Amino acid sequence: MTREYPDEPTGGFPTPPRTATDREGRTIDIARIAEGDRDTLVEMYLEFDPADRAQGIPPTSEESIRDWLESICTDDCLNVAAWHRDHLVGHATLVADGEGAYELAIFVLQAYQGSGIGTALLRTVLGVAREAGVERVWLTVERWNTPAVRLYEKVGFERVGGESFEVEMAIRLH
Amino acid sequence: MHVIVGVDCREQTMYTLSRAVDRARETGDDLTVAVYTTDDRAVEECVERVRDYLAERDFDASLTRIRADNPAPDLVELAERTSSDRLMITGGEQSPLGKIELDGVVEYVLLNAKTTVTLVR
Repeated sequence: MTREYPDEPTGGFPTPPRTATDREGRTIDIARIAEGDRDTLVEMYLEFDPADRAQGIPPTSEESIRDWLESICTDDCLNVAAWHRDHLVGHATLVADGEGAYELAIFVLQAYQGSGIGTALLRTVLGVAREAGVERVWLTVERWNTPAVRLYEKVGFERVGGESFEVEMAIRLH
Repeated sequence: MHVIVGVDCREQTMYTLSRAVDRARETGDDLTVAVYTTDDRAVEECVERVRDYLAERDFDASLTRIRADNPAPDLVELAERTSSDRLMITGGEQSPLGKIELDGVVEYVLLNAKTTVTLVR
């Protein structure tokens, strides 16, 4: 698939570990996630409201969540998570697409949505990617999900295509 | 029942065709295979492949070619013109992250077909 990317790179993203205060006044720690945290990730996805699934992910049963996490992170992926105390409340992941670019997805538990955690996670995972030398990142988002499209535009993604149910967006980091 | 199945010979659409043949065998439905692609030569190659497949399965189906830059309106029009009961198409691909992505053909058919649509994954 040929995908277009903005000509100019976007920078200025923070890198983890960092601490942010969300709009509810909660202290949120953002850090890279280690392989050993897989079980914690599975627990977060088990808590995830199925109504907030997008394009079939995350899956709903524990087994399919484990399979999915396993399958997306076989060779090359970058993961950043957001914690409220010891509760994992958000996860951003970048997965190599086999064509030199990375696909991005981000999930935040319902009780923590709309409080700025998604933006902080997104900016941080892009900071990790930029530091790792990743040049191009893309994502798809359901066309009617205007809040998500706005969030991605705010951090520097541009719409690059998608005339159907999904909008394609991309950012250049280098 | 008359069923139309859209095939462009990508692996996923060949799977849809196999499902359509399985089902038609069970129900005795009439099956029309609508071969679509944007490239004339590719259409003929795909028609051959579908013919071979049907021969292999020893199954009789009508074959029709759709040559268009955008095959979706023609698929919908074909279903209407032939008073088909069902249109079977292939339901999108998965991104590296596992997201399901539906292409423009799927969207057009789902929104515009007056017949029942089966989306095969």
